[in-house]
Amino acid sequence: MSTREAVRPGGGWETPDVGPGGASAAGSDTRRAGRDVRAARRRRRPGRRPPLRARLRRDWPLLVMVAPAAALLLVFHYVPTLGNVVAFQDYNPYAGDSPLQAFLASPWIGFGNFEALFSDPAFWDAFWNTLSITAFQLVFYFPLPIALAIVLNGILSARLRAFVQSVVYLPHFFSWVLVVTFFVQMFGGAGLLAQTLRDAGLQPWDIMSNPDTFVVLVTAEAVWKDAGWGAVVFLAALSTIDPHLYEAAAVDGAGRWRRLWHVTLPGLRPVIVLLLILRLGDALSVGFEQFLLQRDAVGRQAAEVLDTFVYHQGITTGNYGYGAAAGLFKAVVGLVLILAANRIAHALGERGVYSRS
Amino acid sequence: MVGQVARGGLLTGVVLAVLLPLWVVVVTSLASRETIDEAGGLVLVPREIDVSAYVTIFSGGQVTRALWISALVTTVGTAVSVTLTVLAAYGLSRPGSVAHRGLLLYFLLTFLVYPGMVPSYLVVTGLGLKDSLWALILPSAISVFNLVVLRAFFQNIPGDLLDSARIDGAGEFRILARIVLPLSRAVIAVVALFYAVGYWNVWFTALLYIDDNARFPSQRVLQSFILAGQSPNTSGLVGAAMPPTLAIKMAVVVVTVAPVVLVYPFVQRHFVKGVIVGAVRG
Repeated sequence: MSTREAVRPGGGWETPDVGPGGASAAGSDTRRAGRDVRAARRRRRPGRRPPLRARLRRDWPLLVMVAPAAALLLVFHYVPTLGNVVAFQDYNPYAGDSPLQAFLASPWIGFGNFEALFSDPAFWDAFWNTLSITAFQLVFYFPLPIALAIVLNGILSARLRAFVQSVVYLPHFFSWVLVVTFFVQMFGGAGLLAQTLRDAGLQPWDIMSNPDTFVVLVTAEAVWKDAGWGAVVFLAALSTIDPHLYEAAAVDGAGRWRRLWHVTLPGLRPVIVLLLILRLGDALSVGFEQFLLQRDAVGRQAAEVLDTFVYHQGITTGNYGYGAAAGLFKAVVGLVLILAANRIAHALGERGVYSRS
Repeated sequence: MVGQVARGGLLTGVVLAVLLPLWVVVVTSLASRETIDEAGGLVLVPREIDVSAYVTIFSGGQVTRALWISALVTTVGTAVSVTLTVLAAYGLSRPGSVAHRGLLLYFLLTFLVYPGMVPSYLVVTGLGLKDSLWALILPSAISVFNLVVLRAFFQNIPGDLLDSARIDGAGEFRILARIVLPLSRAVIAVVALFYAVGYWNVWFTALLYIDDNARFPSQRVLQSFILAGQSPNTSGLVGAAMPPTLAIKMAVVVVTVAPVVLVYPFVQRHFVKGVIVGAVRG
C-alpha cells in the first residue's frame, strides 16, 4: 500500500520548529513564517524527499483546505492590487457595461494622474494633515499603552488586575461609529460636559466641531478606544522579564524609578522598536472611519487625511483614476517607509519586523 | 504608600473613563420624558425604568430591520470566515508539504502589498455585488492575521498525536475534525470573536456597497440617526405617545453595543489567559 507508506510518521513531515519564544510582538508572525520558510528551504535537498507524485497523493487534502481562502484572497486582494493600474488611466466608468469593460476601453495616460495630484493643493493639505496627526499621536498616544501596561503589571491582586484589563480592552471592540457617538454625547454641543457647564453657569464650548483642537479630539478618541488593547503586547513582554533582575537591582539599592529605567524599559525595548517600525510604516494611515465620520462636523481643512481624500476623489466624485493614484502613492510610500524603518532597526542591532534571510 | 494611592486613583479614573459613557447611555435610554427634561439632556442618576424607547425601536421599522441584517451578516460571515480560516491554517501548518513555502508567501505577502480603495470598489461592484450583503462578507472574509494565529496554535499541537492517527488511516479532514478542533476550542473562540466583532461593526463597507436602506446594517442606521441627525424612522406605535427622541437615540446605541458587551466576557478570559498573547509572542 503505497498511500499508507507515504503517510507513515517521518515520511517527510518534520515537526515544525516551535522556536524559543523571545519577547517579541505582533510582527513576529511574519518573522516566524520567515523562519519556517528558511527551514523549509534548508530541507529541500535532492534525494531526501519522496517524489512529487507521492507527496501530492499524500498532501492533496491540505491543498484542498487552503484553496478556498487562497481563491478569496486572489479575487478580493490580489486582483484589486493589480487593479491599481487604473491610476495610470483616465478611467471612465461609462466606457463599458461593467468595470472590466470600462477598464479595457479607458485610455492610458501614463503619469497624468500623478502630475495632477502633485499639483493639487487639496492633496497636499490632506498629506500634511495626515503627517502632523501621525506626529502628534506618536508623542501623545504611543507611550500611553506602555505606561498603562506598566501600571497594570504592578497590580498585585490577580482578580483586580483581570477586572481592570477586561474593562480597558472593551472599547477596542466598539465600532468607530459608536466611539464617535459616545464622544458626541459626552463632549458635543448638547453633551454631558456642555450640560454640566451650563448648569454651573459657565459658557460651554463645542469640542466636537472645533477644527483647531481636532487633532486633540481624534487622539483622545484613539486613546479611549485602543490604548487599553495596545497594552496587551507590552504586558506580554513584561511577563517575560526575569523577576530576579528586579530583585538584584533592589539588592543593589535601585529605587522604583531606577528599576523602571534599568530593568523594565530595556526589557520592553524590542517590542517598542518593533511597534515604532510598524507605526512608521503606517505613517500615512491615521484611521479612516474615524475621520470620515467627523469630516462634516469639523470641515475638510482639518479633517481631510489621505484616506478620506482617496474616498472623496476616487469614489464620491467618481474620479477613479485620480483617487487610485492617490491610493497608490500612499501604498508605495508606506512600503518604502517600512523597509527603511526596518533597515534602521537592523542597523541599531534590533530584530525588526522581519530578518533578512 | 503614595505610589499605591496614586496608582489606585489612576486606575479608578481609567475604569471610570470607559464605563461612564456606557452608564450614561444606558440610563438615558431607560429614562422617562420628565427625567430627561429635568436633567436638561443626558441622565446620570437613574430615577425609574421606562422601556418605551425600546418598545418603539423594536416595533418594526428601520432599527429592527437593521438589527436583523447585522445579525444575519455576523452569523453567516463569521461561519464562513472561521471555516475557511481554520481550513487554510491547518492546510498551511505542515512545513515540507507540497507547495507549502510558496503558499505561505502568498498569504503573508498580503501584509506588504494591498489593494487601494478604488480598485477594490471596482472589483466588488464589477462582480455585481452592489447592494448584496455578500459585499459585506466576501472581501474581508479572510484575515491573514487570524490565520497566522491559528496556524501557530496548530503547529504547537504535538506531532505524535497526529502521526498516530495517520497510522490508523485517518485522512487529514478527519484528523482536523476529530483531533485538532477539539484541542483548539479556545483559540477558535477568540478568532471567531474577532471576526464577529468585525462583521457586527461593519460601517464603511456598507456605506460603499449598500445603497438600499432596507439593507442597512445597524452601524449605518446608528450613524444616520445620531451623527447625521436624521430622526429614527419607526413605524408601528400609531397614536401612542412617542418616547423622547433622546431616549430613542440612546436605545439605538444600547442595542448596537449590547451584543459586543454581552459576548465579550465569555471570550475575553481566553485572551487574558494568554491565547493571543502566546500567539503574539511567537
